[in-house]
Amino acid sequence: MLIEVRHIHKRFGPVHANDDISLTFPHGRIVGILGENGAGKSTLMKILSGYQSFDSGEILIDGQPVDYRGPLAAIAHGVGMLQQDPLDVAAFTVLENFVYGMPGGLRIPRRAARRRLAELTERLGFALDPEMPIAQLSIGQRQQLEIVRLLALGVKALILDEPTTGISAEQKAILFDALRQLAEHDQMTILLVSHKLEDVIALCHEVAVLRAGRLVGCRAMPATTSELVTMMFGQELPPVDRQSADVSAAPNVLTLDRLHLRGKRVTVADLSLQVKAGEVIGLAGLDGSGQELLLRACAGLLKPLHGRVIVGGEDLTGHPYRDFLRRGVAFSAAGRLEEGLIAGLTLTEHIALVTETGTLVDWERARRRTSDQIARYNVRGRPDSPVETLSGGNQQRLLMALMAEQPVLMALEQPTRGLDVDSSRWIWQQLLARRERGAAILFSSSELDELVTYSHRILVFYAGRVYPVDAARTTIDELGRLIGGHLDGA
Amino acid sequence: MKSQTLTAQAALTALPIILSLAITALLVMAVGADPREVFTLVWEGAFRDLRAVGQVVNFWIPLTLCSIGLVVTFTAGLWNIGVEGQMILGAVFASWAALTLDLPAPILVPVEILLAMLGGALWALLVGVLKVRLGVHEIFGGVALNALANVIAIYLISGPWQPPEGGSVRATPPFPAPALLPPLSDTFKVSLLALVIVVVAVVGVWLALRGTRWGLQLKATGKNARSAMLLGVPTGRSALSAFIVCGMLAGIAGSYRVLFTYNSLRPGVSGGIGFLGLLVVLLVANRALWAPLVAFAFAAVLGGSARLKIALQLDASLAGVLQGFLVLTALLSNGLRARLAPPTPISMIEEPAPQPIPAEAAHEQ
Repeated sequence: MLIEVRHIHKRFGPVHANDDISLTFPHGRIVGILGENGAGKSTLMKILSGYQSFDSGEILIDGQPVDYRGPLAAIAHGVGMLQQDPLDVAAFTVLENFVYGMPGGLRIPRRAARRRLAELTERLGFALDPEMPIAQLSIGQRQQLEIVRLLALGVKALILDEPTTGISAEQKAILFDALRQLAEHDQMTILLVSHKLEDVIALCHEVAVLRAGRLVGCRAMPATTSELVTMMFGQELPPVDRQSADVSAAPNVLTLDRLHLRGKRVTVADLSLQVKAGEVIGLAGLDGSGQELLLRACAGLLKPLHGRVIVGGEDLTGHPYRDFLRRGVAFSAAGRLEEGLIAGLTLTEHIALVTETGTLVDWERARRRTSDQIARYNVRGRPDSPVETLSGGNQQRLLMALMAEQPVLMALEQPTRGLDVDSSRWIWQQLLARRERGAAILFSSSELDELVTYSHRILVFYAGRVYPVDAARTTIDELGRLIGGHLDGA
Repeated sequence: MKSQTLTAQAALTALPIILSLAITALLVMAVGADPREVFTLVWEGAFRDLRAVGQVVNFWIPLTLCSIGLVVTFTAGLWNIGVEGQMILGAVFASWAALTLDLPAPILVPVEILLAMLGGALWALLVGVLKVRLGVHEIFGGVALNALANVIAIYLISGPWQPPEGGSVRATPPFPAPALLPPLSDTFKVSLLALVIVVVAVVGVWLALRGTRWGLQLKATGKNARSAMLLGVPTGRSALSAFIVCGMLAGIAGSYRVLFTYNSLRPGVSGGIGFLGLLVVLLVANRALWAPLVAFAFAAVLGGSARLKIALQLDASLAGVLQGFLVLTALLSNGLRARLAPPTPISMIEEPAPQPIPAEAAHEQ
């Protein structure tokens, strides 16, 4: 089955999640879809599988334009998607899950279904007991069930979203064998969304790379990790004005002593770090490799399992966030409306929250201050606008306006995420102005040139491991290799 | 622009009331009665004379106190369903003072009310601590503590505080005269002190939510506790303070029931007023000044329905039916409000751009 998408556009408010994407997915091929979080790959896959509508463009299957609304219609056209968290019914058994969604009346063709299930699982090398309740299956087995269910529904194209997250190496091998068989033997079209480049390299015949909603490249495999990383992160060489100020004489503002951090998916072990006033440290790595754990630990939002966090000579390990805030640690999260701004409150109310100190709020003064900050930080909005009506860039500007003027340490999660070049540069001017006043900066980014341009040092995170790099001497190429997991070869 | 949104707000508040009246009218017609007659009867039942109005006001006072307290917790994003129990504890604390302290009225009454505030606040604080420190959702904690408050009241009535004739679980002995709130007059039986407290509470909450940092922090906590915390708001303390304020007001409401309405402590002393207050808050959200108005409408309908049975052989629970529909239609209209709200008008934000200031100049300031 040949699937084509032509000029697909999808906007979420100010975000252009899919910007004029045209791609062709031939049958018998496994295509990897690559891109950082927010690049638009999940949106595109959801559009293809009917979970998401699109604004304009068209989808063609075997040359015929199709117009389907909803996943059921997509399945009827032969396109099925395996979600990251399998959409099964926990209270049901394997067989019941296999049967539901099948066309037919109220009578359940148990015997035929059992035979079909056995047939499919055997052919693909899956091990599924029809009577086993879903709750007792591993994620890998639930994926297997979902795959055979979709196949039984007559799906000719299979979309997999991060299928190797949370499954064992053994199950991964079984899954990959099954996918290869489906592509080569059954001539199915298979689309694989994954962060894990090694999976893409092992499995895919070709890759398509999205960045910031746009298709930035397609190529046939094989390709090396660093080639893929370069495609994902962009290859513009940074301008020469790298940060090179000498901070060796500056005092320590942050000391991390043998820190152990545990997140949901990744653990960072035994991390020690000294950060000097005025120093900028970039945290590189694919999303969820441990950078956010470090940033949150520095701001007191994540309690380390072991080790100490010392801010300005004072041991703040285990202290609440407010103590860090009081000592001059400023934190900003990647999700601006989730962690940072308060939807439903106006700009003035935000400014009043951080500036008013008395019992009574002087709204006149707060409004004046807000107008000042709007002008100063060039925010496109009015004092009485609710913050959720601001665009992403303006929300980030407002966050800058809310941040302390003279912090000791700034821990910033992707401070320029989703911003255009001008906005990013502007944000960095503000950050560097605070650096000039003595603040140290720790920031994570998915832009290699941003990391290389602004950092003195870069820490590369891969699956919780940390590899330090001298930003002045590294290259985009080397960074790409490290981010892809080749820590030892560097 | 401003008045337009005000009109729209008023319309969306009135819509559920009108709609539920219409549904109730249909229901009345379905059982063969004349809705006009019913509504006339309810109206007369509530407002036929000063005595009837007094009864409505007597119900309105504790309802408004609970509602205005719930506006505070609602602003902080909390569903303080435990308000019933907080009322009961207020009633229990006030009853203790009324039964045991031998003081002249000018001292005893304030002591009773202060104790009632303490009782309600303690019970609310318990819900709050369970929520903030132990992660027990305030609805579960509140329901459990409501049941517990009931048990405490029944134990006291049937045990330590039972009347000398013994054995009764119906009420404590009547309180002595100095312990009671005096009525304004024989025909208009309403406590002046309670009216003053209600006005002070409503205006106080309104002002506090509008003009104090505390009110702003409550609002921030209610809208997005995570962001509020990151901006430096002590969200735990905010939530606890909201519980305490609501508990104090509910406590006063409870004391009013024992010190004026019943002159004794009896089981079910809260009479579902707290739950009704939740309904009021569903309708008014965080607009404090609306609470007494909506509460008054509720009190009038409830008071007026008492005579339906005698006159039309209709059960007085018709008022409950009306309220039930009111909740549903109020929730529906909230959903409607969200759906009708125009999608983020991006053009509006992009167009009045302030004069761009060169970034260099900006951060030199």
